[in-house]
Amino acid sequence: MKFAVIVFPGSNCDRDMYHAVRDGLGEEVDLVWYENANLADYDAILLPGGFSYGDYLRSGAIASVSNVLNQIKMKAEAGTPVLGVCNGFQILLETGLLPGAMLRNEKLKFMCHYETLVVERDDTMFTSGYEKGQQIEIPIAHGEGNYYCDDVTLEELKQNNQIVFTYKNNPNGSRADIAGIVNKAGNVLGMMPHPERAVEDLLGSSDGLAMFQSVLQHWREMYVTTS
Amino acid sequence: MKKVKIFITLKEGVLDPQGKAVQEALQANGFPDVAETRVGKYIEMTLPNEADVALEVQRMCDKLLANPVMEEYSYTVEEGIRS
Repeated sequence: MKFAVIVFPGSNCDRDMYHAVRDGLGEEVDLVWYENANLADYDAILLPGGFSYGDYLRSGAIASVSNVLNQIKMKAEAGTPVLGVCNGFQILLETGLLPGAMLRNEKLKFMCHYETLVVERDDTMFTSGYEKGQQIEIPIAHGEGNYYCDDVTLEELKQNNQIVFTYKNNPNGSRADIAGIVNKAGNVLGMMPHPERAVEDLLGSSDGLAMFQSVLQHWREMYVTTS
Repeated sequence: MKKVKIFITLKEGVLDPQGKAVQEALQANGFPDVAETRVGKYIEMTLPNEADVALEVQRMCDKLLANPVMEEYSYTVEEGIRS
């Protein structure tokens, strides 16, 4: 399976993501500069964390109108897994691939520590390696991770079963403790916590590895036939 | 040329953590009556005289400058600015 990590000016978790796929998962992965990118041959798209375009205007806003996002939208529509973490999640919100927006953390503080997440769904292509209700330790690192949406959107998220991860102890003021959501089709996931920073015990937690393994497992079931 | 001044703020009802912190600091510094403080963005630009400002600014705001999920915008136009 071949992954693309999209690199924007200001991305800074791109190498963590690359490491997670290459060394944690053991699959093929490229760092793909956003300009003139050709995503045709990739089986999954990863939007890493960081501060694309210095967070100018709004987090993720300028990256969301770059050309590469048109390709990502087309891939998303075709069913390719798209995972956006932290700034990647903010970009997905700004493009409209996922509903809602990010506000400053309630206490205005940049927070960087482990949080306990509750797995709300174990039936997505990103979370089949977990069990519903399982608690996992994944680090957060953000100043604008306070998920916001209006009442109508929140109701839709609940009805369509789009909330995939919640915080056990909400650190930033996110509505309904939301840490990660998926689109209706189930192939675009955005989350503020960093699973790519939790793929080996040496670094404190390996609870994030199952997410990458789930994506691989899904891909194998879809495209690899065994005789 | 026309000079356009665009003001972007968080929608009413959306929590503004920055505005809240600014207000608390003001109140602690001798301005106890300050209320409903909101922090927003101000963007200015020029457009050619022949531009359809209402249409262009609306499109710019909807596409990039403001996020309609959480923000609202307003703008003013000054006509006849010399470049």
